[in-house]
Amino acid sequence: MSNQYLRISLRFFVLILIQVLLLNNIHFLGYINPYIYILFILLLPFETPRWVLLLSAFALGFSIDLFSNSLGIHAAATVFAAYFRPGVMRLITSRKEYEPGVEPSISDLGFQWFFMYAIVLTSLHHFMLFLLDVFRFSNFFSTLGHSILNTLFTVLFIILIQYVFYRKK
Amino acid sequence: MRNLFNFFWRHSNFILFLLLEFFALLLVVNNNGYQKSVSYAWVSEKTGMIQSEYNSLWEYLNLKQTNKELAAENARYRSLLKSSYLVTDTLVHFRKDSLYHQQYKTLSAQVISNSTNSLTNYMQLNKGKLQGISNDMAVVSPSGVVGIVVNTSPNFSWVMSLINKETRISARIKKNGQIGTIAWEGGSYRYASLKDIPTYVRISKGDTIITSGYSHVFPEGQLIGVVNDFTIKGGEHFYTINVRLGVDFNSLSHVYVIKNLLREEQLKLEEPVK
Repeated sequence: MSNQYLRISLRFFVLILIQVLLLNNIHFLGYINPYIYILFILLLPFETPRWVLLLSAFALGFSIDLFSNSLGIHAAATVFAAYFRPGVMRLITSRKEYEPGVEPSISDLGFQWFFMYAIVLTSLHHFMLFLLDVFRFSNFFSTLGHSILNTLFTVLFIILIQYVFYRKK
Repeated sequence: MRNLFNFFWRHSNFILFLLLEFFALLLVVNNNGYQKSVSYAWVSEKTGMIQSEYNSLWEYLNLKQTNKELAAENARYRSLLKSSYLVTDTLVHFRKDSLYHQQYKTLSAQVISNSTNSLTNYMQLNKGKLQGISNDMAVVSPSGVVGIVVNTSPNFSWVMSLINKETRISARIKKNGQIGTIAWEGGSYRYASLKDIPTYVRISKGDTIITSGYSHVFPEGQLIGVVNDFTIKGGEHFYTINVRLGVDFNSLSHVYVIKNLLREEQLKLEEPVK
């Protein structure tokens, strides 16, 4: 049990470091930048209480904000995505039961389930993120386009990471 | 109380979510230059809009007061007009007010009752003796002559309207200075007759009719109306002139009461001769 907590905490810090030191400097095509840190929110165990989910999402987003000089933007987007996580899970049914100890990952629930799950939550997160970054509704569709493109990029990275680190289980 | 607590408990996650989002947004608009300027601009525009709406509402509610103030101001200006002063022309003394000696004083008043459908129309004003109104003062409005004060009580006064068959006002055709008398003989309240203009005088439709100032009531040059129509009846030496009155008596509200400060003196002068 303590092993699991340790793993989750470690994941929190490692993802932040990868994000701010490595991925924040990609700027592919000027604005495409994978935000893989939300993998932390995606991978939290099923039985995580909702308030823990929300508070850890805020802490995560806030940490990213501190490093990328955008105070509040990532925090708002991450909390937004985290709030909808349980709902999205209920929406996407799985052949396996959501039981304690099972992580919402590819290795536990399969590629198809995880892909849908990641796409929906990442879209929510990115949409909020881009909206807050642009901070106006006038160029709504260009904002939407950017966030969709970026979502695909982020999900690609998240799935690659899953295959690299979690294959053994 | 218990229900309230239950409500909060049941929605505690949603409330936590809202609190966190609110806090994050607060951070966004306070720490990011661009977002800060955008949100400040938005907020100041909205508050400005509310402010101006509020102001215009307030202005509307104050219209009555404003109207009153404007009327009082106009009255003050009218008493300063050149036509309110008697030109004495005697430059014996070099005192400043020897050239212009004030002859007319103007007060503003409001019509509080009025009639247009009788043959003897009167109206009541909301000012009387205490406010300095006395008999035989002239009543005018910006669009023309209204009538003459015939009776006063401490706070109200009774005005014989121009559209009263007893009223006679000395008038003049502005164009050529011909003197006549304005009288109203019933009919439409928008029209009166101008009498005593001899047929050799050339007049035309649209000529302006003003007060002559001969009656010691009206200052000279107050608008009465314009010539609407005129005829010469067979064998008569005077025109029958129909004058369209400047004042719409049916929609009259603010008027000015003009006092001739030298009237007593003028009347006294005439007395021995009469």
